[in-house]
Amino acid sequence: MITVRYFAALREALGKDTDQFNYDDALQTVGAVLEYCRAQSTLHAETLASTKPMRAALNQTLTALEASVADGDEIAFFPPVTGG
Amino acid sequence: MTPSQDLRSPAYIEIHIQAEAFKPGEELDRWCALSAGAGAVASFVGLVRDLNLGDPISSLHLEHYPGMTEKVLHTICEQACSRWLVSSLSVIHRFGDLLPSEPIVMVMASSAHRGNAFLACECVMDYLKTQAPFWKREQTQSGPRWVEARDADAKAAARWEKQP
Repeated sequence: MITVRYFAALREALGKDTDQFNYDDALQTVGAVLEYCRAQSTLHAETLASTKPMRAALNQTLTALEASVADGDEIAFFPPVTGG
Repeated sequence: MTPSQDLRSPAYIEIHIQAEAFKPGEELDRWCALSAGAGAVASFVGLVRDLNLGDPISSLHLEHYPGMTEKVLHTICEQACSRWLVSSLSVIHRFGDLLPSEPIVMVMASSAHRGNAFLACECVMDYLKTQAPFWKREQTQSGPRWVEARDADAKAAARWEKQP
């Protein structure tokens, strides 16, 4: 199982903070998981569009889309951060 | 940690991610007592703006990613401690609902001399702004809006990468 979490404007636009998918060979990188998320619905495709600035985390560490994903991993997508 | 404990090795780090308000003066008093052997303490306090992009802000909501926030800040502080020879570092950051002029973030660094304490505070703040998973949503007269990341913050963080 892969858990995908959404934060801030992405969470608000999707109306949910989490998606869960069964792990399979199609989900081997963070980028592949993102593509899979985009294919979930029109709303997902719009919200997670590549034209929007977005960051990704893998197991709570900022990551590049090329990073490898394993079963049980937690992935998160969110807008650039604005704390401080 | 007691004041008599050796602050020099290894570096002592405190991360507080909290909904509760804090008083910078009390925090600084406590940190100075804890850092008695350090020689220098530098601090930075960030306040909620009452005006942003020309619009009055009535309140601010701060969302964060529990778990990742603490992890990222701890890593930033560890790197700052070893780079700037800082004996102890503290970051306090609020989440939830805040009002204009309330303290939102505080960084305190203790070192043998002021130069490194100042640099550590600034370096931690610059990385916090670009890496710690917090998101601000401002309440304006025309409704709520998510604050967008600023290029200036990315540039401020990038300049630390260039220096030795």
